[in-house]
Amino acid sequence: METKGLGEIIGRHNLFAGLRQDFLDLVTGCAKNVRFKPGEYLCQEGNPANETFLVRTGKVALEIAQSGVGRMTYQTAGPDEVIGLSWIVPPYRWTYDARAVEETRAISIDAECLRNKCEADCALGYEVMKRFMPIIVERLHSTRLQLLDVYGTRKST
Amino acid sequence: MALESQLEDRVLDPMVPSIARVTARREETADVVTLEMEAEGWVGFEPGQFNMLSVFGVGEVPISMSGDPSDASKIIHTVRAVGAVSRALARLTPGAVLGLRGPYGTGWPVGLAEGRDVIVAAGGLGLAPVRPIIYQLMAERHRFGKVTLLYGTRGPGDILFREELAEWRSRLDVGVEVTVDHADHTWHGHVGVVTRLLRSADFDPEKVTAFVCGPEIMMRFMANELGDAGCPAQDIYLSMERNMKCAIGLCGHCQLGPAFVCKDGPVFDWPYLKPLMAVKEL
Amino acid sequence: MMSQSHRSTRVIAAAGLDEIISSLAREGYRVIGPRLRDDAIIYDEINSAADLPRGVLDEQSGGRYRTYREGEAYFGYVVGPSSWKRYLHPPRQVLWRADDGEGGVSIRAEPIAGERYAFLGVRSCELAAIATQDRVLMAGAYGDPHYAARRNGAFIVAVNCGRAAETCFCTSMGTGPRAHGGYDLALTEIVTGENAAFLVEAGSERGQSLIEGLSSREANDGDVEAAVQVAARAASQIKREIDREGLSELVKAKHDHPRWDDVAARCLNCANCTMVCPTCFCTTVEDVSELQSAATARVQRWESCFTTDFSYIHGGAVRSSPVSRYRQWLTHKLGTWHDQFGQSGCTGCGRCITWCPVGIDITEEAAALRGG
Repeated sequence: METKGLGEIIGRHNLFAGLRQDFLDLVTGCAKNVRFKPGEYLCQEGNPANETFLVRTGKVALEIAQSGVGRMTYQTAGPDEVIGLSWIVPPYRWTYDARAVEETRAISIDAECLRNKCEADCALGYEVMKRFMPIIVERLHSTRLQLLDVYGTRKST
Repeated sequence: MALESQLEDRVLDPMVPSIARVTARREETADVVTLEMEAEGWVGFEPGQFNMLSVFGVGEVPISMSGDPSDASKIIHTVRAVGAVSRALARLTPGAVLGLRGPYGTGWPVGLAEGRDVIVAAGGLGLAPVRPIIYQLMAERHRFGKVTLLYGTRGPGDILFREELAEWRSRLDVGVEVTVDHADHTWHGHVGVVTRLLRSADFDPEKVTAFVCGPEIMMRFMANELGDAGCPAQDIYLSMERNMKCAIGLCGHCQLGPAFVCKDGPVFDWPYLKPLMAVKEL
Repeated sequence: MMSQSHRSTRVIAAAGLDEIISSLAREGYRVIGPRLRDDAIIYDEINSAADLPRGVLDEQSGGRYRTYREGEAYFGYVVGPSSWKRYLHPPRQVLWRADDGEGGVSIRAEPIAGERYAFLGVRSCELAAIATQDRVLMAGAYGDPHYAARRNGAFIVAVNCGRAAETCFCTSMGTGPRAHGGYDLALTEIVTGENAAFLVEAGSERGQSLIEGLSSREANDGDVEAAVQVAARAASQIKREIDREGLSELVKAKHDHPRWDDVAARCLNCANCTMVCPTCFCTTVEDVSELQSAATARVQRWESCFTTDFSYIHGGAVRSSPVSRYRQWLTHKLGTWHDQFGQSGCTGCGRCITWCPVGIDITEEAAALRGG
């Protein structure tokens, strides 16, 4: 019963909405419910990226710590968003900290489990990649805009 | 015509300002101030319009109206100190006099949003030119559907109109979301580009009117994302900024393709602007 | 406009030019006409026909202008670097002054100058240019009252062209070489040997009344035919042209054409073309502090879209590359001017070709944009 409920939750999340039932079952087999209190870390920079999170409720800050500056948040993620792209590519290591800023509920998917299933079934693998790819592209695009510092005043030339 | 009568002829010159007097000054951020002023003969403005403000001996710049359009007793401008004139303006204190011409330009077509959902999306200092829309929406709240303000700026220290944002946010009939590009851990709000806020905004894309103001790049992406969300292009309005010396279509500076931003704008709809914004360095 | 029936067509001798000049001066006009100065024809105050550049012709081509002496014609030259906008829309115009006196700050609008100009020797392309600036500076919701006063006060004596420069292309722009309206008087110089005579046509009531004071005789069919031949000769000498068919839409659509890079590589961004162009109207303003007092003045002066400052907004120029600035100038002139004012911004006078130090030719650029 627990597993079935999880599958429904995953199937309703933006990331996997409309996923074929057999694929959804495969993904669900790697998933579990997780919960974080404000201030708790979902992951920390440098640690093995052995999971990815589908945020259900709450808010998570993606941060990078810089000495002398402290923790800088470069993005926040909320319901229907995904935290964790590092699990897809070697060396499978977190490159930032993700910290719950509100009580946060999420689905955690075991990275190795899902990687193995994707490896075994290329159709599943392609479907999963197609769903992660837009997030990667969007993250890249947002980063570009933030780098441009569009609200800043341009330096006189 | 006799020469003498011509000499006597005092033609009203639209380039000649009237005198305005600063009545209040408020520091919004480290480099942005809001000035309240009064001027004889001022009869009010439409949201989206601007004035030409002169500091005597320094020069003149176009500055958007940022006050309440229903209150013709005050002239309110929010100025960021970036150039010689705007720095001089930002230094003015109550009692100071300055030159004022206006209001000029075509404003936001707030009336067209009646009965519809409204998205007001602002980036950086772009919150100032849309604030008059928000005042109007709040004052006539029943005339509109769901109202959402999406505001993005650089960092928590750059947020304008903090108290009003808090006040609007506390209302149950308005959605207010603020995001910053960068923040330290003391900030508990959203971090990320303003276009991301659109996803969680509650609106009916088929009956929404969007007013977008901010840096061009932000407006372009916001207009495109609104389109992706199903909002028809003709319901999206943007406000353009260009160099202006006259504000009345005579000096030639503000041309954007066929448009004079000063008199044909500064507010344009997206179908008109999209091809023009696609041409680099137009 | 007066009806055709009231207009008289008369013939005056060369001495009639002095009669025209003195009668205009008597009526209070400051008469401005062509003079030879520093080997170029410029427009400046004239007191008599002796000031006119009689027997001076010019030779023009891309980046080249030369005057030389030949014949006896008063108006044998074509157009020089001056245009009438120097008077109607001058390079510098004080707009207002602010005084910080005991009673606080007061603003005084610059009085509208009472001076009235009479322009002698306005070419057909220049009439078109004046009409073009009229639409920009007088016909909109807001106008320039200084321009309007000078314009409304001006008396215009047109002179039909009997020669064309190599840089002329008025025929293809539909603006010449023969004047059709927009003047008070129009002269056509008919040179027979050493004797010059002028066919005089009135284009307004005040032109008509001026004619009536001149020593003249009724024009006969031969005179009228001779005048037609003068303009026909000028027309036949015109080598350059712009194909206006669909041009305004074309230049706007071709914003990515490789030709822009080509021309930008030659363009020096010197702004000469905009200074000599009789329709270019752009201005900037500056505040000038008057040292003797606490007063400041707001001064308007000519500005060119070829400068980077022109499009400057907080921290940078919208048009930072030379290619974007040349494209703006040509696209405005031949394209967006139509959207803004319902007509072309080019009258085919050829000044921008002659006075471009590298000889960039607007007709050649327009043609190149059609290709590729």
